[in-house]
Amino acid sequence: MTQALIYALTGAVLFMLGVRATLLRESLLPRLLALNICGAGVFLIFVSLAYRGDSLPVDPVPHALVLTGLVVAISATALALALNRRLREMADE
Amino acid sequence: MMNLTLLPDLLLAGMLIGLAWAALSSDDLRRGVVLFIAFGLLLAIVWARLLAPDLALAEAAIGAGLSGALLLVALRDGSGGDKRAAKRSRLNRWLIDLFVLVMTCLIGWVLWLTIYAEPVERLAQLANAMLDRSGVSNPVTAVLLNYRAYDTLLELVVVLAAVLGVLVVGRERRGYREAGPVFYGLVHWLVPLLIVTAGYLLWVGAHAPGGAFQAGATLAAAGIVLRLAGYDAAGLPDGRLLRWLLVAGTGVFLLLGLGMNVSGGRFLQYPEAWSGSLILVIEVAATASIAAALVLAYRGGRTDGWLFMDNKDKSREVSS
Repeated sequence: MTQALIYALTGAVLFMLGVRATLLRESLLPRLLALNICGAGVFLIFVSLAYRGDSLPVDPVPHALVLTGLVVAISATALALALNRRLREMADE
Repeated sequence: MMNLTLLPDLLLAGMLIGLAWAALSSDDLRRGVVLFIAFGLLLAIVWARLLAPDLALAEAAIGAGLSGALLLVALRDGSGGDKRAAKRSRLNRWLIDLFVLVMTCLIGWVLWLTIYAEPVERLAQLANAMLDRSGVSNPVTAVLLNYRAYDTLLELVVVLAAVLGVLVVGRERRGYREAGPVFYGLVHWLVPLLIVTAGYLLWVGAHAPGGAFQAGATLAAAGIVLRLAGYDAAGLPDGRLLRWLLVAGTGVFLLLGLGMNVSGGRFLQYPEAWSGSLILVIEVAATASIAAALVLAYRGGRTDGWLFMDNKDKSREVSS
């Protein structure tokens, strides 16, 4: 249980670190980095709640959710990067 | 009452927070991205520690590898040139820090209550009890492609929507110079190895850690290595075949789901005897689509011929 708590709290700290950087940074790329770290924090909370000690079987449902989340996160990142690039091109024109 | 066995966990947690802090507070974006990649790799170790090997594989390939590659190539576009520093007043910064502190404590408190609460009926028992009837023996794959196939279908739609967005707004980046002899030798070994690994991950996902997402990401990594070595197409086909590849995952999934509807079942309710093979078919298509989408995102968008491949006739002169 203590292990689960350690990682869950780490997830909470990571999430809020990401939120803080998103609020403080101005340009898009650092914000994107911060949002990705936010996501990592959420995933960590999920997976730590699925963990119930080394001897018990883990809960596969949060694992599957996080796996889906990882792929969605990188899709969103790719789209945001493409939009950012287009914005830059338009600013240059 | 400090338990010594907790030391590795505390160390890992501390390193995660430290790396995240360093990545986020770094003014040099390139440095931030490299630290973020290191963060992803460390997170993969944490997944393994929390008995989530499926996630460890996916994180190493997607979270650390492909996200890092996408961010680095975005830096090459010159997105890092923006030097506008945040102009927040001191009061604002102070308020943000206070807000972050309060929220962290609140979330931490809720998590504390959740973890030490009375154990309740969880989906885990149900998921593990039904495993024999799901057609696969890896519980994560069973959840992804059988119990909650809806989620995965919608996820493939999200991937498709994202890559369509990339195609609409972006044009392909300039390619790389042809690889030198040493790098060429590495590519010669690495790309076949990655392809074989992807195939293995796809196949083994039915009964051990692995599956469509990990395989797709590994295949995409092979494409990115090819592109870095000067093969501009990164192993993707051109024109119509590429379009089919991009929609394969969503399309096969939907068609099979509707097929089950027609044959008397409910949407995405596999006939029990067939579920293993159906899951494999869906996973093959999903792997191809995910890999194609990620490589296309790395290439940066549509190629020159993308929009005009059907317009050959229109560019000809009209004889009147």
